[in-house]
Amino acid sequence: MANYQSLAAEGMWNNNPALVQLLGLCPLLAVTATVINGLGLGLATMAVLVGSNITVSLVRNFVRNEIRIPVFVMVIASFVTIIQLLMNAFTYELYLALGIFIPLIVTNCAIIGRAEAFASKNKVLPAAFDGVMMGAGFTLVLVLLGGMREVLGAGTLLSGADRLFGPIASNWTLTIFATEQPFLLAILPPGAFIGMGLLIAAKNAIDNRLTARQTKQKKQVTRIRVTAES
Amino acid sequence: MLDTLAKNGGMLGAFAVVTTALISLTYLGTEDRIEQQQRARLITILNEVVPAALYDNQLYADCTLISADALGSDRNHRVYRAREQNQPVALALQTTAPDGYSGDIELVVGVDASMTVLGVRTLEHQETPGLGDKIELAVSDWIRTFSGKTYREEEKQAWQVKKDGGQFDQFTGATITPRAVVGAVRRTLDYVADNRTVLFEQPANCSETE
Repeated sequence: MANYQSLAAEGMWNNNPALVQLLGLCPLLAVTATVINGLGLGLATMAVLVGSNITVSLVRNFVRNEIRIPVFVMVIASFVTIIQLLMNAFTYELYLALGIFIPLIVTNCAIIGRAEAFASKNKVLPAAFDGVMMGAGFTLVLVLLGGMREVLGAGTLLSGADRLFGPIASNWTLTIFATEQPFLLAILPPGAFIGMGLLIAAKNAIDNRLTARQTKQKKQVTRIRVTAES
Repeated sequence: MLDTLAKNGGMLGAFAVVTTALISLTYLGTEDRIEQQQRARLITILNEVVPAALYDNQLYADCTLISADALGSDRNHRVYRAREQNQPVALALQTTAPDGYSGDIELVVGVDASMTVLGVRTLEHQETPGLGDKIELAVSDWIRTFSGKTYREEEKQAWQVKKDGGQFDQFTGATITPRAVVGAVRRTLDYVADNRTVLFEQPANCSETE
């Protein structure tokens, strides 16, 4: 189980929490109006995932089976509260922008899903790594979707970067094109649904092409072997 | 059976204690900084509606809670009093525009002794991005058009959007939002004109309640 390469592939692509497991869609769709909001929530989710995976893995041998779910819930809830307090203290502007969606990380099924499906059955290091990769996969989708919506909607990228990175980032905003009237569809919730649908479709298309190529290669391989033997 | 119950209960209890302890530790560690951040933000906003050069008291602390229909809702609104050598200089009032396009719009209005508006800022709103959100300074300069305008009761008519015969621009495609904001500012100024002295005499009581 402790194959790090396959863990990375699982989290980022094959079993991506947002694109394949379709977990945690509520915050994903709601906050991705800009790249920075997406990145902020993604990193917060990743921190909670890593913390809860490590803790769950540490206590997996002496927590009895009947009470494991309430224990997981308590661990996750306390990590979310701690992250919320830290964000409130150190990234106040971002905290205000993300608002209710930070406490709602508790309800992100991706987190309890990983605790139950992976961390409770594995050693600490693989569990932590799984948390990082699942979190990174989730963050990647948040950032992609946020980027799509921000470029289409407002014509900018990375606006408000100083909320996350401090004053040095105040001039990081890239203006792709200047627009007087933003493209509302991209900014409002329907844009999130459409963008998410397109991302899932793109992922499936790439997967299909990959499998098609693989089967073709396999055929060639068998043919070569046949000629070699004859 | 009882044995299992006790074990499970004990374990859950232990987890509750440990996790609560962790949260309390984080809370204690961040408490000061969070308060500092909130105060810094409040001071930034107050400085935008009442220039810091005008007064010498601690504006954010000299605050009183007022509940008046003119301020848009029956909630308590904060009124900050700016004084120079204990003489009243200006007021910064939190006010609500209850008739926004989607819900309440929270504003803060700064006004000096001659009833001239020093500045207006939007604190919170849910207006449509791209249309109604031009009331935000980050999106448009529109909210600055209030600054420097003097309110007189006999010229009340001017405190409306142009469509209604006033002096303030509405936005293309969105009249309801600016109308709500202009209306809220007008009502607030009207309230200040009638209650100025009372507002300055109120005890500072913001920290006691809430």
